[in-house]
Amino acid sequence: MATALLAAGSAASLAAGPPTATVNTTGLAVTDDTVTVGQLHSATGTMAISETGSIQAEQLAIEQINEAGGILGRKIKIIVEDGASDWPTFAEKAKKLLVNDKVAAVFGCWTSASRKAVLPVFEKENGMLYYPTFYEGLEQSKNVIYTGQEATQQIIAGLDWMAKQKKAKTFYLIGSDYIWPRTSNKIARKHIENVLKGEVVGEEYYALGHTQFGSLINKIKLKKPDVIYAIVVGGSNVSFYKQLKAAGITGDKATLLTISVTEDEALGIGGENLVGFYSAMKYFQSLDNPNNKKFVEAFKKKYGDKAVIGDVTQAAYLGPWLWKLTVEKAGSFDIDKVAAASAGVEFKEAPEGYVRIHDSNHHLWSKLRIGQWSTDGQAKVLYESELIEPNPFPKGYQ
Amino acid sequence: MLAYSASELWSIFIMQGFAGLSLFSVLLLMALGLAIIFGQMGVVNLAHGEFMALGAYVVYLCSTLVQNHAPALQPYYFLVAIAIAFVAAALLGLLVEWSLIRYLYRRPLDTLLATWGLSLVLQQAFRSTFGAREVTPTLPDWLMGSFKPTESIDIPINGVFVMALTLVLTGAVWLFLYRSRAGLHMRATVQNRAMSGAIGINTGLVDRLAFSLGCGIAGVAGAAFTTIGSTGPDSGSRYIVDTFLVVVFGGTASLLGTIASAFGIAQGQSVCEFFLQGTMGKVAVLLGIVVILMIRPQGLFASKVRS
Repeated sequence: MATALLAAGSAASLAAGPPTATVNTTGLAVTDDTVTVGQLHSATGTMAISETGSIQAEQLAIEQINEAGGILGRKIKIIVEDGASDWPTFAEKAKKLLVNDKVAAVFGCWTSASRKAVLPVFEKENGMLYYPTFYEGLEQSKNVIYTGQEATQQIIAGLDWMAKQKKAKTFYLIGSDYIWPRTSNKIARKHIENVLKGEVVGEEYYALGHTQFGSLINKIKLKKPDVIYAIVVGGSNVSFYKQLKAAGITGDKATLLTISVTEDEALGIGGENLVGFYSAMKYFQSLDNPNNKKFVEAFKKKYGDKAVIGDVTQAAYLGPWLWKLTVEKAGSFDIDKVAAASAGVEFKEAPEGYVRIHDSNHHLWSKLRIGQWSTDGQAKVLYESELIEPNPFPKGYQ
Repeated sequence: MLAYSASELWSIFIMQGFAGLSLFSVLLLMALGLAIIFGQMGVVNLAHGEFMALGAYVVYLCSTLVQNHAPALQPYYFLVAIAIAFVAAALLGLLVEWSLIRYLYRRPLDTLLATWGLSLVLQQAFRSTFGAREVTPTLPDWLMGSFKPTESIDIPINGVFVMALTLVLTGAVWLFLYRSRAGLHMRATVQNRAMSGAIGINTGLVDRLAFSLGCGIAGVAGAAFTTIGSTGPDSGSRYIVDTFLVVVFGGTASLLGTIASAFGIAQGQSVCEFFLQGTMGKVAVLLGIVVILMIRPQGLFASKVRS
């Protein structure tokens, strides 16, 4: 596949880093002036819609790191592989990157299914994966850094806010029928029932790609929940929100909180169908801080003015930077040293503000934000939590 | 438990009835084209869904063009776009029949593979042309929103539109099949190809027209579905299962069967979804269909054909 040297200027102009023999004792693809990493996303197939943003953000981060002098005096070269939305292909390409190409790190995967497919490969061949998507938790590995939020970080603070701000007592849980919505709703239900002392008045799942929500909408009208809690994904999203609007369930009359709509999805759904609804995410493109202004500007400069940046895209951008900081802290590209040095690594220039890798579980401390959608497909941030500790195996929520 | 007033329950009943009818018209619209191609001609066209996607993309193209060049026409373009979707899909159907299908009429398994291949080619063509991201055309305002006969009843206008379109199209297909000379030729060819040829019907031409008409109707269906959902390169593969389900369940070679089958599946699904849950509703309906097809393998209505 394509190998790209995303470097400005020639290798000779680099400041010399420490000798290769000391920073690379296990035979990774590190030379005196380059280090090779892999990128493993779906550029084709049904997931390409979602993964394109991550691919772009990771390449932007690597380009910026190279412009700033690279890592330990070495420029980053990328080997791009296409998982093609097919999980066995992901596993095969992961093996190729680790065994044949000996890459020092891999930035990639998006769905949990693809991550689960490559996990045994990364553990057996001892590789390092930076995984960007918010996901259902219940996983932890020496060989993975999770730069998105695990479920409790995304769910609990959002529900608390709804209970406090909207005095919400009754919730209607809706999801697409696969592991992430089901696990997330399980956590949401426990929190609603045990902590908020509220009531779940409905919980149901629709097949991926389902487009007819008439019956569901009538049930919502009948049950009149204080909050509609939706984790609908993919093509169903557009139908779901369009039909809610057509049935008169709009932001001014009903409260809807989702953890599956970012700016990327909003582009497809259309801002006019989302106005007034809420998303719980750690990042919104509209975040008002200097780091984010710089990030959004650089992203648009590289990918066009119409480009939008969703939560996962920002999390993907963190991957290469966290890796750089960790390698510099470890003083080595060796996987074992990088894995060990990850604990406590701080990235203060993160567009989302500040993140830190947890001392023991390889997830990130991060904040949760509640954004309210407006017609232009951007969200206005109404609430920002404190830094939330990642807790991939939450007790009492399983 | 919440208490409901009689008028509230009545409103929900009305809206639920409408949800069932709306699903019925969607299923029927999907299946109409295939009822001709598979039902009448016996061609297993696995690329049928892609013809729907083509129709949807045509609407998207028209919407983009109108927005960029003639924003004043925005409220009206949709009807014209549907007509263009019909023509585009029918022309592609003509081309496909001429270049592929006509060599495979007596080889159903090969047709299956060939049309599946065609569906992959078309999906990739959509992906290369329009990108992997799902698209939605900007619809005229009169299509959006809802009609409120009382305070608590909301009838979505796009649902009414799809329903009306289905009604018109079904009527037109019925008139064509049972009241026109071309339709007569088509039915004659289906019943006895050799005899039809012997009395001077150009059966090759009939095949081509029928296939192209079926594809054109699929294009219209796809165009109409832009009011309900988004369109992506693989939208077609989402439609295809339901489409075949309706036609097979209704019994091939029977327009009435297709209508009855779409109605039965839609009402069953909508009621099951209301009283059970989303996925379980679908499971219940599929189980029902399997049981009925075990008892009546020929489908609900099968027209008697001399073999």
